[in-house]
Amino acid sequence: MAETIAAWQEVIAAARQARQQVVIRGGGSKAGLPWQSCCEGAVVLVTDQWRGIERFEPSELVVTARSGTPLAEITAALAEAGQWLPFDPPQFAPGGTIGGAVASGLSGPTRLGHGTVRDAILGVRLLDGRGRVLRFGGEVMKNVAGYDVARLMVGAWGTLGVLLTVSLKVAPRPVAEVTCAFSFDAEGAQRQLNRWAGEPLPLSAAFWHDQTLWVALRGSAAGVQAAKARLGGEVVGAAEAARLWAMVRDQQGGPWILAEGEVLWRLALPPAAPMVPLGHRFWFEGTGGIRWVVANPEWDGFAAATALGGWAWRWRGGAVGPPWQSARSAAVAAIESRLRDVFDPDRLFVGGPFAKG
Amino acid sequence: MDKISARHHDEPTFAVDGAEVRARLLAALGPEVVRTAPEELIPYECDGLSVFRAQPLAVVLPRNEDEVVTALRLLHALRVPVVPRGAGTGLSGGAMPRPDGVVLSLARLNRIVAIDPLARQARVQPGVRNLAISEAAAPYGLYYAPDPSSQIACTIGGNVAENSGGVHCLKYGLTVHNVLAVRGYTAAGEPVAFGSEAPDAPGLDTLALVVGSEGMLAVITEVTVRLLPKPAVAKCLLAAFSSVRAAGEAVAAVIAAGIIPAGLEMMDQGAVEAVEAFIHAGYPTDAAALLLCEADGTEEEVAEEIERMRSVLLAHGASEVRVSRDEAERLRFWAGRKAAFPAAGRLSPDYYCMDGTIPRRAIGEMLEAIAEMQQRYGLRCLNVFHAGDGNLHPLILFDANRPGEWERAEAFGAEILERSVALGGTITGEHGVGIEKINQMCVQFTAEEREAFFQVKAAFDPDGLLNPGKAIPTLHRCAEYGRMRVHRGALPFADLPRF
Repeated sequence: MAETIAAWQEVIAAARQARQQVVIRGGGSKAGLPWQSCCEGAVVLVTDQWRGIERFEPSELVVTARSGTPLAEITAALAEAGQWLPFDPPQFAPGGTIGGAVASGLSGPTRLGHGTVRDAILGVRLLDGRGRVLRFGGEVMKNVAGYDVARLMVGAWGTLGVLLTVSLKVAPRPVAEVTCAFSFDAEGAQRQLNRWAGEPLPLSAAFWHDQTLWVALRGSAAGVQAAKARLGGEVVGAAEAARLWAMVRDQQGGPWILAEGEVLWRLALPPAAPMVPLGHRFWFEGTGGIRWVVANPEWDGFAAATALGGWAWRWRGGAVGPPWQSARSAAVAAIESRLRDVFDPDRLFVGGPFAKG
Repeated sequence: MDKISARHHDEPTFAVDGAEVRARLLAALGPEVVRTAPEELIPYECDGLSVFRAQPLAVVLPRNEDEVVTALRLLHALRVPVVPRGAGTGLSGGAMPRPDGVVLSLARLNRIVAIDPLARQARVQPGVRNLAISEAAAPYGLYYAPDPSSQIACTIGGNVAENSGGVHCLKYGLTVHNVLAVRGYTAAGEPVAFGSEAPDAPGLDTLALVVGSEGMLAVITEVTVRLLPKPAVAKCLLAAFSSVRAAGEAVAAVIAAGIIPAGLEMMDQGAVEAVEAFIHAGYPTDAAALLLCEADGTEEEVAEEIERMRSVLLAHGASEVRVSRDEAERLRFWAGRKAAFPAAGRLSPDYYCMDGTIPRRAIGEMLEAIAEMQQRYGLRCLNVFHAGDGNLHPLILFDANRPGEWERAEAFGAEILERSVALGGTITGEHGVGIEKINQMCVQFTAEEREAFFQVKAAFDPDGLLNPGKAIPTLHRCAEYGRMRVHRGALPFADLPRF
């Protein structure tokens, strides 16, 4: 273990010296995302042999694993104890690792009812761009000692260092679940979902596409049964429901198939933001806050998102380089840049979906 | 007073001309906003941890954001430290003033700006009280989940600064899980916004750093929080155990059975007796430990969960299990737990509340260690825990008027915190480091980690003016503390050399 870290420290020291960039690669399941493609002459630091669950005690609701541990290994260990990763991370291709799930900060459709990977992070051990091995947070549920640097690593796409180990809060897997389908236009689905979300119902995930709304309920047997009666709708068979949610989570098939020249945008908006037509076609997750928009290359997703009070992420297609995400104010961009100076002053690590800075 | 100067001795010093600072503030903002008379400063000398006090140069009480900006720009130009403050209920001295600094109270910014029931969000100014948010949201069947025990008085701005918790964290999370966005100003008075009213935000997660930053990164003037639907029903279950270890094991068993209670609290016999003598909650005083377990949700969910919890607790040695029959009884069960701090105050002239968090499996071991420490330090300790998330609040009883007792209490507390770290936990679960636990930060973090914290602070506050000298110890302080810890094993505690 110490040897691997020492070897990586040497890689980082050599890259600093040679002014080379470093690509951190886990299982490669997100290599197809456009901001991940890089760059000639970069050193590739592969974490997939740095694997294994270091600690998992079901009664603590915490799992600590090395960053290269396959998600499949972790979900299997949790399942044996009747638990799950409540944020159900996307797996765009096989081989995704827990380090990649944390670094990308992406959560599956269950984020609606069970929170995100950002909510679940408890601690990290990090090898930063100065070669320092640093531990932030820990393995307990409540911890306010020092700034919450562990949570900063979620969605930093490895720009602040190599995650060595991560500790995550896990949860008992709900004992009952059912998926119901409803016929709604987008606006009607959004209004209904936001109303339901204001009631104590076990809403777990929601997805609207092509005049149909799917809602997953997860919780206790009694709670799900009562909620199903309250919501109505048409019950979807378990196998079909599993396929549907995997399609939404992993962006495989269905609406995710783009035609030549189309651009896919992810708009994150206040959940009750007006349900206006966007691009050629769109669909949404949650109660309307995450809208996926397919548009032609001229369409400006950044402007559309700003007009609706949110922000945009150009997900696939369009220009080759940045920007991928909406810009922050100059003052906040300067803070972000100085944070990168803290952990990676030489900008060794390839920049994620962020602008240069 | 010597305590305070001691606590500040290794900090950067600011060459501040107090008379000029006061005159310039008064000229810019007037006496209605700027307080400088000694008797007006007294209420601001400390926060909820009153053993640490200092008098600031002035207290600024802005009535609107423009006045916040005016004060910040002026103080930045003069290079004067700024200590932001909410209601002053904090328990770690995070809002303790400095003699060369100005207190910036956000208490007057107390407007609920907007409640959006459909989006389930509230936008509020920092001086709004925690409970006032839930009260304003109640007509829509919504509430703000984090509920620190000071919730009738503490402000949301202070909650953001401390990442406050409460008794429902295990199920509903801390402040960081329930705040969507904040808006405010840098120390230089430049506007900044972190987070988003959307499900997530672009770029690095700067909001995560600001929440729990103890007023050291930015001054917050508006907070957007998530509101949750109020559960239809809540029921509480009270279980008695003949040993603290058995109660600790029962806690683990409830979680292992796949149950996430809305609240899961533990009290030891000393705490139960103190509470019973104070408010007569009807707790069995012959038990070594009591658990309070709450279930909330729909009628059906609660019935199912209460039944499952009851059988797990009985299977793990509970000698008695009671379920609240109605809302009045549920509130009575909780009234005892919520009165634990004032009950300690009745038993003893002073008490010192600790805040370590440990893995749940170590609860029994920790309680036994605390029992041994009581003997060694010659002080009593009552134990109340947020058992569900392993957050301990040992209440050390002492009398500040008796020579050496505060020093013994402080050393006792430090040992509990250091034991928390050794057991795989942390020195603070929800109260913050402030000035109180700054020495124990040397134990929890390496020199490189502390260096990174200073660098993070500088990324937000390059001049180091926001609440300097709190939360992160310097190398020098840690070296001094290291030397003192070596001494502690060899010398009588009452004679400890204080630095």
